[in-house]
Amino acid sequence: MNLFYLKSARRLAFRLVISCLGSRNMAKTLYDKLWDSHLVQQRDDGTALIYIDRHLLHEVTSPQAFEGLRLAGRQPWRRDANLATPDHNVPTEPGERSAGVAGIRDPVSQLQVKTLDDNCQDFDIVEFHINDARQGIVHVIGPELGATLPGMTVVCGDSHTATHGALGALAQGIGTSEVEHVLVTQCLIQTKMKNMLIRINGELLPGVTAKDAVLAVIGKIGTAGGAGHAIEFGGEVIRSLSMEGRMTVCNMAIEAGARVGMVAVDETTLEYVKGRTYAPTGAGWDAAVAAWKNLHSDPGAHFDTVVELQGQDIKPQVTWGTSPEMVLPVDARVPDPATIEDPTRRDATARALQYMGLEAGMPLVEIRPQKVFIGSCTNSRIEDLRAAAAVVKGKKVAASVNQALVVPGSGAVKQQAEAEGLDQIFIAAGMEWREPGCSMCLAMNADKLGPGEHCASTSNRNFEGRQGFGGRTHLVSPAMAAAAAVAGHFVDVREWEFEA
Amino acid sequence: MKSFTVETGIVAPMDRANVDTDMIIPKQFLKSIKRSGFGPNLFDELRYQDEGQPGQDCSQRPLKPDFPLNQARYQGASVLLTRKNFGCGSSREHAPWALDDYGFRCVIAPSFADIFYNNCFKNGLLPIVLEEAQVEILFQQMTAAEGYQLTIDLEQQKIIRPDGVEIGFSVESFHRHCLLHGLDDIGLTLEHADAIRSFEQRWRAQSPWLFDVIQ
Repeated sequence: MNLFYLKSARRLAFRLVISCLGSRNMAKTLYDKLWDSHLVQQRDDGTALIYIDRHLLHEVTSPQAFEGLRLAGRQPWRRDANLATPDHNVPTEPGERSAGVAGIRDPVSQLQVKTLDDNCQDFDIVEFHINDARQGIVHVIGPELGATLPGMTVVCGDSHTATHGALGALAQGIGTSEVEHVLVTQCLIQTKMKNMLIRINGELLPGVTAKDAVLAVIGKIGTAGGAGHAIEFGGEVIRSLSMEGRMTVCNMAIEAGARVGMVAVDETTLEYVKGRTYAPTGAGWDAAVAAWKNLHSDPGAHFDTVVELQGQDIKPQVTWGTSPEMVLPVDARVPDPATIEDPTRRDATARALQYMGLEAGMPLVEIRPQKVFIGSCTNSRIEDLRAAAAVVKGKKVAASVNQALVVPGSGAVKQQAEAEGLDQIFIAAGMEWREPGCSMCLAMNADKLGPGEHCASTSNRNFEGRQGFGGRTHLVSPAMAAAAAVAGHFVDVREWEFEA
Repeated sequence: MKSFTVETGIVAPMDRANVDTDMIIPKQFLKSIKRSGFGPNLFDELRYQDEGQPGQDCSQRPLKPDFPLNQARYQGASVLLTRKNFGCGSSREHAPWALDDYGFRCVIAPSFADIFYNNCFKNGLLPIVLEEAQVEILFQQMTAAEGYQLTIDLEQQKIIRPDGVEIGFSVESFHRHCLLHGLDDIGLTLEHADAIRSFEQRWRAQSPWLFDVIQ
């Protein structure tokens, strides 16, 4: 009898081990699920063909792709997968904007926007033109219209495409050759990336935003930290963020080195998507929701890399250098290269301080921006504008600030902000209320920094010259940018006195 | 696409980490609707003293003499030696277009940003990942010897130094195959059009809300 029980116990234990191993092998990450569901063909050499559901196009990275189609006599594989809008070059100054494409003063920009119009017409692709109410930054209009949905694969010739991953989509930036490849084949040739989980536990303290959280992540893992990985953002902080906050976080996955950033689908996601222009309705909605509810990493799913942060530790962030990883809490001081041992980092720090015109050891709150930019695919949504408006309400932009631009991310955001009277708050404070577009994030239009000018910017990159030749960018949250505009220097927005 | 088999060329340095795509080709040049002509504006802000404009004749612009590509010893370079995370930032393919148009055929670094790395292979440009210590040795040898050249053999996946030392490297077999034969990957993918169509049919049945919505 005893022997019998021993044998059964062993068998049971063996079965348990096998089933645990089995379930571990079966447990998938969100990225694994999205990859598997779009896998057209896996090849022996490690590459795969991945099907693409949605392709967003804009004027900068598409002309050479369309030209490629013409030269080879090819047509788009599936026209309804594509959606185009001009955003990078479009003027945001209302006067210049009002005359449409013909009114764009820079002839090179005008030709590029016109070329998008022509290409979309020639290849029968839906485009929201420059002054269409649905026009806006591709990464703002996609989710806003329900043109990007949970469970989709989304691509665009723009590295901030990871933004759409906030919906539980596999979204990534591609180059122009891949734009052409997707247009013609509806697929991408890819090698599967590694899985990375960035878990932000606990909660964010008042005055600390999604932007601060993602800047803190980049400060921790560096601009190459996520290279080769698809990042899933999780943890209580991410779960409690709004969809717009999640978009801000996913948007900057590329600044952490990853092409892909994403968040699992939950009730917040479903609530956001429901009722959007291109979202399913009726029975289609129910079927979609049933499929989308599986869009999360299974318990026990394997991540190659896991990074954890505590929400309570995150303070409002300010970048002081020329790479997004050169970031510190607002109450810190500019680093001193002399104290850095690694020679490459020491040189980079010294070079950054020289370019930025900053002295080692100076408090970040003593940096005085001459310009303020509130906008970009990172921070131009309605919640961003509300946060900025709450800070400037009843106050005036400091005399030392030459220009404070507020650029809504889309026509819909602009309309909503105006309905709420936010535009009047900005204008009363001495800020400029503009038309939607990428604007001063990358200064392809007339909105740019002059040489040596510091800018408190809600955008995503502080590279040398990014916002204008010789310009000096400090990346911050919308509330921090607004507070700097009023104070004339960076301030800790947690200590801000708000007007009722 | 032009093929890459064996390349012997002068090595030029870009001795900093995290060289971003804005640095490689600033945004004002992204307004072009062409694929070529970006070479004179490669590293524009590091190379010239003034702010470059699209369509401008660069031959008359004031140069920054300290920048390696402005120095006689690096003229005609076809191999760029640099530090980690080269090509970080945007997805602009104008970055490899500019490197290619300038005359570079190969970039050697301890690591590359993902999108840039991928974009290189679409344009006949070979990005090679070497260990940091190997890169450091190449920097030292290049600095010591004017006209320093490397031979890069993609078929054999090795770099041959002037002292005869061979350094192995590895490139994913699909990328290597396309580069060695100068293959257009759209043509290759279209050979599998049936597989794409049958996937699409299944996917449409399973997720009809993803189709025919934008019209």
